[in-house]
Amino acid sequence: MAVLKKLWDYTRNTQLWNSIFRHGPPDTARNRGLVVLTNVFLHLHPVKVRRSGIRLRFTWCMGGITFFLFLVEVATGLLLMFYYHPTVEYAYVDIVDLREQVPLGVMRELHRWGAHAMVITVWLHMLRVFMTGSYKPPREFNWNVGVLLLVLTLLLSFTGYLLPWDQLAMWAVTVGSNMARATPLLGHEGPGSSLLKIGDISLINAGNDARFALLGGRFVGAGALLRFYVLHCVGIPVVAIILMAVHFWRVRKDGGISGPV
Amino acid sequence: MIEALKHSVNWLSAPPRFFTITLAAFFVLLFPGELGPAWLRRLTRPLQTVYRPKVGGIVFAVLGVLFLASCFDPNFALIVLKPDNVPIAAMIFLVAFFVWFGLKEGRRNDALRAAEQPIIEKRESGDGKVMVWPDLVYTEFLCMILWTIFLIVWSICLKAPIEEPANPAKTPNPSKAPWYFLGLQEMLVYYDPWIAGVLLPGLIIVGLCAIPYIDKNPKGNGYFTFKERKPEIAIFLFGFVVLWVWLIIIGTFLRGPNQNFFGPFEYWDAHKLVPLINVDLSQIIWVKWMHTALPRNPILREIFGLTLVAAYFLALPPLLAKRWLKGYYEKLGPTRFHIMMFLGLTMLSLPIKMMLRWTLNMHYVVTVPEIFFNI
Repeated sequence: MAVLKKLWDYTRNTQLWNSIFRHGPPDTARNRGLVVLTNVFLHLHPVKVRRSGIRLRFTWCMGGITFFLFLVEVATGLLLMFYYHPTVEYAYVDIVDLREQVPLGVMRELHRWGAHAMVITVWLHMLRVFMTGSYKPPREFNWNVGVLLLVLTLLLSFTGYLLPWDQLAMWAVTVGSNMARATPLLGHEGPGSSLLKIGDISLINAGNDARFALLGGRFVGAGALLRFYVLHCVGIPVVAIILMAVHFWRVRKDGGISGPV
Repeated sequence: MIEALKHSVNWLSAPPRFFTITLAAFFVLLFPGELGPAWLRRLTRPLQTVYRPKVGGIVFAVLGVLFLASCFDPNFALIVLKPDNVPIAAMIFLVAFFVWFGLKEGRRNDALRAAEQPIIEKRESGDGKVMVWPDLVYTEFLCMILWTIFLIVWSICLKAPIEEPANPAKTPNPSKAPWYFLGLQEMLVYYDPWIAGVLLPGLIIVGLCAIPYIDKNPKGNGYFTFKERKPEIAIFLFGFVVLWVWLIIIGTFLRGPNQNFFGPFEYWDAHKLVPLINVDLSQIIWVKWMHTALPRNPILREIFGLTLVAAYFLALPPLLAKRWLKGYYEKLGPTRFHIMMFLGLTMLSLPIKMMLRWTLNMHYVVTVPEIFFNI
């Protein structure tokens, strides 16, 4: 024990350690504050919070769990990307291989169940924020950022739903994206789209409307698979990460976790 | 005996009955002993005990046992134990639990305030603050570890589904959107695609964003309460529980082949025949009641529907502002009040349309297919 303590004390006095952590051990109030202030990840927190605000019975920890599940999705998704090709030839067999050929493999399970759980925890987080009136001034703007994050979570899940390229995936996305056909003005079966024409030539048809832009084709095929893959792995996560940074930072700037005045 | 019970549950699960039961249960459980005539209030007052932890716990335990017992029924298990449907079943219990818990905390705070004692959030901290390191960071760390374990156990126990390879030539029956969009898919039954798939989802997002700007009630900011925010909580929970979650339950568990309704203990028979006899309001009035042909002129043909819709969206809000919601109108001002009314009436139009379909087989209230205007 004494050896370990000696080693620990030695490590903490090396130039290497001090170059990373620029404060003493977190046993005084000042150093505990510095831990949060000098760490780019922790500094999304305030230094101090209301005692009631961090009670599980108040926050249900739902926002934190949602963020944690997002990290789980990033980590497992990254590993899945090593083995998955977003092409019609390989997508399905890659998933089957992951299932049949990997002993004790749970990455796809973690990714799918984590995604389902994330949708549910986002809703419960929103429910908690509503029930405690935490969207009221000065947090109105952050509630709006949260609504956008809710939409992005659903879109992340929706784009990921197509990637296994089985019957479940293809037809769920077919049903979901059929709505885009009916977009006013921009969908070829939507109201007002027939107004957009030059002479007798209609500008909006099945080959260029909102659904075509979403799917990269007239039906859910190779184009849709690639588009959904890119949106799922890069496009939406990047926007979500930016909005999450804003969301957490605003929690801090708007006075921390809410509480009674 | 058990078969008879299953049959009656199937019978009660038909949407008009199930929705009426849900609606009644929602208001009775949200306002036990507060709504309706004196006899109803007296009758429902004992339900307040549901918000006591012990009674609530027993109710949830009974529901859980009933759910587990139902899993022994082959038809029930076939649908509910599909890998993708397991989280949805869990979601039902989670939403029920957390809605109950939020309301319970609110009622507890209301009772404390009535007794002139500090509410829970205040009593726990006063004005005191704690350091994020270690207090909050440790909680987060523990939460992450527990969730990691939970997710790994879940992933080992339940394999992610993979069906036959995608085949554009073979449409599965039923074809369903991902589960969280089943509420939107359900709206397609009652509204045209551009309303159900584009306009209403857009209005849901706009409506959620508008909440903090419409709700001018300064009370209940940062703590659980029910008494101080009854209408706001009722409206939000109506949208979240009765419309969003309820429609997902219907869409997931009760919609079978050909989008027909099936009870939870009923076999999903693809050959079940349901007569489709939907009629428009104009047909009901002109043909059925007045025994004449539909007029050629679309405006004359749809005059009744147009009047109804105009009355609903244009005449009702000013009337409410003058009579029953005068206090609200004065508190919110005209802009906020009318935005709230438009969003609220749009939300309410969905259950109204559902009920009209189930009782009168009504298809459209107004239909002018010439200009895509069907409501």
